[in-house]
Amino acid sequence: MNSTQIPKRTFDAVIVGGGGAGLRAALQLSQANLKVALISKVFPTRSHTVSAQGGITAALANVSDDNWHWHMYDTVKGSDYLGDQDAIEFMCRNAASAVYELEHMGLPFSRLDNGKIYQRPFGGQSQNYGGEQAIRTCAAADRTGHALLHTLYQRNIAARTQFFDEFFALDLIRDDEGTVLGVVALEIETGEASLFESRATLLATGGACRIFRHSTNAHINTGDGLGMVLRAGLPLEDMEFWQFHPTGIPEVGSLISEGVRGEGGYLVNKDGEKFMTRYAPNAKDLASRDVVARAIAQEIRAGKGCGEHGDYVHLKIEHLGAEKIMERLPGIRELSMQFAGADPITDPIPVTPTAHYMMGGIPTNMHGQVVSPVRYGPEEPAPGLYAVGECACVSVHGANRLGGNSLLDLVVFGRAAGQHVIEYLRDNPYPRPLPQAQVDKALARLARWDKPKGTETVAGLRDEMQRIMQDHCGVYRTEALLKEGLAMLDKVEARLPDAALSDHSRMFNTARLEALELDNLMAISRATLVSALARTESRGAHTREDFPKRDDDRWLRHTLYFQQDDQLDYKPVRLKPLTVDTFQPKERTY
Amino acid sequence: MRFRIYRYDPESGAAPFHQEYDLDYDPKGKKVLDALIAIKDTLDESLSFRRSCREGVCGSDGVNVNGTNVLACITPLEGLKQPIEIRPLPRLGVIRDLIVDMAQFYQHYRAVKPYLINLDPEPENERLQSPQERAELDGLWECILCGCCTTSCPSFWWNPDKFLGPAALLQGYRFIADTRDQSTNERLDFLEDPYRLFRCHGIMNCVEVCPKGLNPTAAIGKIKSLLVKRAL
Repeated sequence: MNSTQIPKRTFDAVIVGGGGAGLRAALQLSQANLKVALISKVFPTRSHTVSAQGGITAALANVSDDNWHWHMYDTVKGSDYLGDQDAIEFMCRNAASAVYELEHMGLPFSRLDNGKIYQRPFGGQSQNYGGEQAIRTCAAADRTGHALLHTLYQRNIAARTQFFDEFFALDLIRDDEGTVLGVVALEIETGEASLFESRATLLATGGACRIFRHSTNAHINTGDGLGMVLRAGLPLEDMEFWQFHPTGIPEVGSLISEGVRGEGGYLVNKDGEKFMTRYAPNAKDLASRDVVARAIAQEIRAGKGCGEHGDYVHLKIEHLGAEKIMERLPGIRELSMQFAGADPITDPIPVTPTAHYMMGGIPTNMHGQVVSPVRYGPEEPAPGLYAVGECACVSVHGANRLGGNSLLDLVVFGRAAGQHVIEYLRDNPYPRPLPQAQVDKALARLARWDKPKGTETVAGLRDEMQRIMQDHCGVYRTEALLKEGLAMLDKVEARLPDAALSDHSRMFNTARLEALELDNLMAISRATLVSALARTESRGAHTREDFPKRDDDRWLRHTLYFQQDDQLDYKPVRLKPLTVDTFQPKERTY
Repeated sequence: MRFRIYRYDPESGAAPFHQEYDLDYDPKGKKVLDALIAIKDTLDESLSFRRSCREGVCGSDGVNVNGTNVLACITPLEGLKQPIEIRPLPRLGVIRDLIVDMAQFYQHYRAVKPYLINLDPEPENERLQSPQERAELDGLWECILCGCCTTSCPSFWWNPDKFLGPAALLQGYRFIADTRDQSTNERLDFLEDPYRLFRCHGIMNCVEVCPKGLNPTAAIGKIKSLLVKRAL
């Protein structure tokens, strides 16, 4: 089959991904009466946003004295000064209105006695620029992501957004001038490809922690949008920065929310020592995630881990009492009982640092426009292409994301990008000719898996890749370790052409989907290792044991990775906020 | 471990059948989904099922295991009688293997207008709601739309096109119970129907199987009593 034979659908805008970011952007466009298609490889409420637990951060000041300036300071500091301060200001300044908007949409926030939205303390939050702990994260029990995702989906039902559920996006269509004109997608149920032509394409494909063996992420988090962007010749930004959440359940990876420590839980080693007091004397268990993850890894290394193999520590909340646990942390209790065999009302929860979040991603500006260095500077928009949410790198999270800022990122930038798409469509009313060769290229990617026989399997190669990333690109990194990892990945990648499927059916062929996802995972693994090897400093979640200090003179800049020859480029961090003064980089302690 | 799994390949033209798999697997701490993935990765790539979060919150992997509707990802393998029989959720059309056509289920969900309706001007900040008022929503909003309840309900089996089923009715009540919603009367008008609501005969299979421990029968009862109160 070639490009002239596949069905074509035409929309004003196409959104790829049905999580929080995609749904928020879709809502903006549907409410503007534009013809918008939302393509998602799963029914939208199966998206990974649903797994977010603790909450969404906004300085509502419902509990503690607060304002967005303090939130901004904490976010800049949390990012280890790699976050772009204009984007961070934009996010923090719009946080309260974004949360109120969600409440108006019907999100069932937990409530305080005075009827206002319930807020809990989270890691890295302070009042008055580094003072007392702030209480800033708005929550719906410990299922805030579920509440947010379902609410946004429900609003899209009301707005009559057109959904293409269980459609898998293969590749972007980009013409010679660099304008993006839509995507080629596979209808999973029928196995047929079709072309979605649109003047604007917005990627909201989420994270990619499935490059690691142990991760808090859903199976679907394979970074499909990132793979599409790399194949379209555009770069990825800051791919060395992956957040290892301090508290994942060992082996299975399920997340135990930071909200558990926010509600008063604390970590202990095998001696029962509250060890965080040694690593972060002020913030203790509510230090930033990178700090807590390293502390746990240090304890485990020092032989202070719990259990038979000493490979985890304990998170204790018994002292909160059954009533509070059931009211505020019911989902955590369920997960702990199901996956760790521990009821936290009576027993500690075993936890270990687990790959959780991708700070890097598709480079964008504050409007969600995908930007890359072209002719006139480091940040020229790729016409017609947008990215929002975890797949994007705005960058508000820099080298380390603060808990509660992820859901905020989705809705603030989902809305902003939707708004900008509306303007873009107004300024670009005419369709452009579709380059058929690009469509054929995308179809070739699909046809490649029709190959009848091979010596390798998708599951086998994926498993090897995940082990390499787990062992060579984890919490602690060195040049030797990264180089070895890259050499091993080279070999695994070289075997990819020898892989074949045994199942060549069309309808709902999930083996073929996993094969297509592996292309994306493999490309992202490579981007990560190459970017991490080059950055010879420690910043945020990227910890180089051979370069333990942050080096602002050389490395206060963003990495850009291009697939072509593994090229790296760099661009400056935008230190100038929109209206307030710059937060100058300084030493980061908690 | 021995498994007996429902297979249906829509392209083969063959009737559905059960396939047995012997999997060398230590079930300790593992769930049904882990075994399905292991079978797919090592024995039979063509075995098809949905999955996403693998921790019981996304609702993708509702299946019928040894006669009971469950989420595969939170159902422990240990203690299950072998061969472990895994079938698609009952009554819905099968697309392939364990993958069912959820279109009818989603249509019923959309029918209850599962979104807040409030036509007042939006306040500057949040609308206020007391913790007690908010507590009325607990046990309702946590539904993950997995379909375990609705497809275990005999009333749905008999009238799948007309009876909305426990999941949709639970969501219907979720908005009736929300003090911020202003559409209670219209919602009740829609539900006051011999089929949509009143096909529920309190069999309570839904309560039995809900993987989130929710109680759709109780919610349906509350809708019914609101209708009675309204009539008086």
